[in-house]
Amino acid sequence: MKNEFSFQHRHILGLEQFSPDDIHHILATARSFKDISSRAIKKVPTLRGRTIINLFFEPSTRTRLSFEIAAKRMSGDTFNISASTSSATKGESLIDTARNIQAMSPDIIIVRHSSSGAPHLLSRHVQAAIINAGDGTHEHPSQGLLDLMTVMEHKGRVEGLTVAIIGDIAHSRVAHSNIIGFAKLGASVRVAGPMTFLPPQLTSMGATVCRSVAEAVEGADVVMALRIQKERQNDPLIPSLREYARFYGINRDVLRGAADDVLIMHPGPVNRGVEMSPDVADGQGSVILDQVANGVAVRMALLYLVLGGEKSGGEGAS
Amino acid sequence: MSECIVFSGGRIIDPVNGIDHVGELAIADGCIVADSPADARRIDLTGKWLIPGLIDMHVHLREPGEEYKETIATGTRAAAAGGFTAVACMPNTRPVNDEAAVTRLILENAAAEGSARVYPVGAISRGSRGEELAEYGEMKAAGIRAVSDDGLPVVDSQLMRRALEYAAGHGLLVISHSEEHALSRGGSMNEGALSTRMGLRGIPTAAESIMIYRELALAELTGQRIHIAHVSAASAIDLIRQAKARGVRVTAETAPHYFTLTEAAVDGYNTHAKMSPPLRSEADRKAVCQALVDGTFDAIATDHAPHSVLEKEVEFDQAANGIIGLESALPLALALVRKGLITPTRLVELMSAAPARILGVEGGSLTPGGPADLAIIDPDLEFLFSAEDLYSKSKNSPFLDWSMQGRAILTICNGRITHDILGLFG
Repeated sequence: MKNEFSFQHRHILGLEQFSPDDIHHILATARSFKDISSRAIKKVPTLRGRTIINLFFEPSTRTRLSFEIAAKRMSGDTFNISASTSSATKGESLIDTARNIQAMSPDIIIVRHSSSGAPHLLSRHVQAAIINAGDGTHEHPSQGLLDLMTVMEHKGRVEGLTVAIIGDIAHSRVAHSNIIGFAKLGASVRVAGPMTFLPPQLTSMGATVCRSVAEAVEGADVVMALRIQKERQNDPLIPSLREYARFYGINRDVLRGAADDVLIMHPGPVNRGVEMSPDVADGQGSVILDQVANGVAVRMALLYLVLGGEKSGGEGAS
Repeated sequence: MSECIVFSGGRIIDPVNGIDHVGELAIADGCIVADSPADARRIDLTGKWLIPGLIDMHVHLREPGEEYKETIATGTRAAAAGGFTAVACMPNTRPVNDEAAVTRLILENAAAEGSARVYPVGAISRGSRGEELAEYGEMKAAGIRAVSDDGLPVVDSQLMRRALEYAAGHGLLVISHSEEHALSRGGSMNEGALSTRMGLRGIPTAAESIMIYRELALAELTGQRIHIAHVSAASAIDLIRQAKARGVRVTAETAPHYFTLTEAAVDGYNTHAKMSPPLRSEADRKAVCQALVDGTFDAIATDHAPHSVLEKEVEFDQAANGIIGLESALPLALALVRKGLITPTRLVELMSAAPARILGVEGGSLTPGGPADLAIIDPDLEFLFSAEDLYSKSKNSPFLDWSMQGRAILTICNGRITHDILGLFG
């Protein structure tokens, strides 16, 4: 890591905005924060006096909890607003909501929204730093980063690895951030799933489209299954979960072609028996819970970096 | 203005009469006249073009019902500023223009406050709900010039067939908003690499071409004419070109944004670049240009669609479709002339003569005896396209802060000065 590296991003909207050096810097920062979570007193004063708002327009337990824990472990003051308690139901526009929150001078607004680009819109209307906690079917940058961190931890590198992402790529912001992140760090990214789950011109994002799960998994160092979103039934994408599990589910059988030390990943929560068999989710090579643990460290790093990375003593101007 | 005025020294372009030369043109008593008295007031137009007033066959004036976005007064004032002397306004107002009372209201307000001729377009179906025919005869008697359910496709093919047949009996043009909703629903931009990257549901060009194919088949079946609105896709253009070649009675328009911009304009979730059909790929844009050159397109229309910040400063997928276009259309079309793609004569054909012919309205030429509907253009005048200068009530344009070249400096509608940026008439 270069000593002189300076993180220049005021908002975290997606992995697309980062250079490989940016990503390495975030991951290095996350690693330096990770041990805080294993101490008896899990708290440092880094964000003392900082106000951090979790503005969630979509239901979330783990991402919101992860951000909240990250902020609290750094002594930030956190506040949660979910769509059901906000003015969204009263017809207040997103910008109005954001301006009202801005008037209370928060430092960071962490936003999850069902519309792609909602964090971008907010970033144009508020002074606070915006962190995208998932927007529509666009990106989920902190998830992409925690996945990169997890792979780096277990493999020591990302460059040169083969990563297979299986499932509903079209509607998965996790998949989008992962494709972008792994490709930026030099991994070879393969995707597979029913054609109805593959968005047009996916190769332009740096992924190779495989015709079958077996082909995608062949020799893979990392296999990641995506959650099937059962609520997407207004669009005829797949005939049944049963058929999906049989042809696109990750089980021991299909993993025989993968590398011996293949890592099994899933952004959670797992539909056991649909996109992944229980023995795979809980078995050898599964790092699903490591992903969750690293989520806190990555989010601590993001909170720290968007506020300028000011540690006591400062690091000097660049 | 009853006095006789002679415009001299300007380049007169009038494709209907095969004219493109420097010369004189006189108007008096609201008409173009062949002879002028010796003491007539003379206005020197050296370096300027004098053309028939532009006619926009596809605008949304939002009145009645959405006057916070635009009114007949502000929309036609914007039209005059853009060199237009007539506009055809789509029926998707509140209430929908699906009956004579609404048509009459629009025309009364236009007569009282308008700065351009207003030709109302009635609805194809009651409420534009796509279920039953609206009363074309009643609306025609009140003043509509065409029917369309613009903004929405007519989903039921049988209803569309009946509309074509029934409208023909009343001498009305049917204008199709061609969109296969099953394919476009939920989409907010062109389908492709960029929609994938931005995580937005795409609208494939097939959503447009499938419905255009149906419209062409119905026009062929019934032997009646149809006009296809706002064509954006190369595949759709091919269908229209082939249909014209085999004699189908079809005319078609595109809009300046489709020959100027591509889907790249939506990057950054720019809602000012969101419209239906969506901005397409560079290959589509080139095909649109080619179709303007080879005659597949008959007309350029703006699809002027004012929306306020309430509809546009929102999440991209929630934002309303449409952009304003009356004040940017001419400079954008002049850019095609400067690039050598089309001649000035072709521009006037596309933006004045053809729309007049398709709608069956006066204007579109400089024939003596016709109405004094004129636009005087300075093709070289450079200006910044700035929100503060717009007459339209809404500012939803992807061209804000563009440096543009060429605009109307004087617009005369029915002998009345409707726009005069140089103060030629004090």
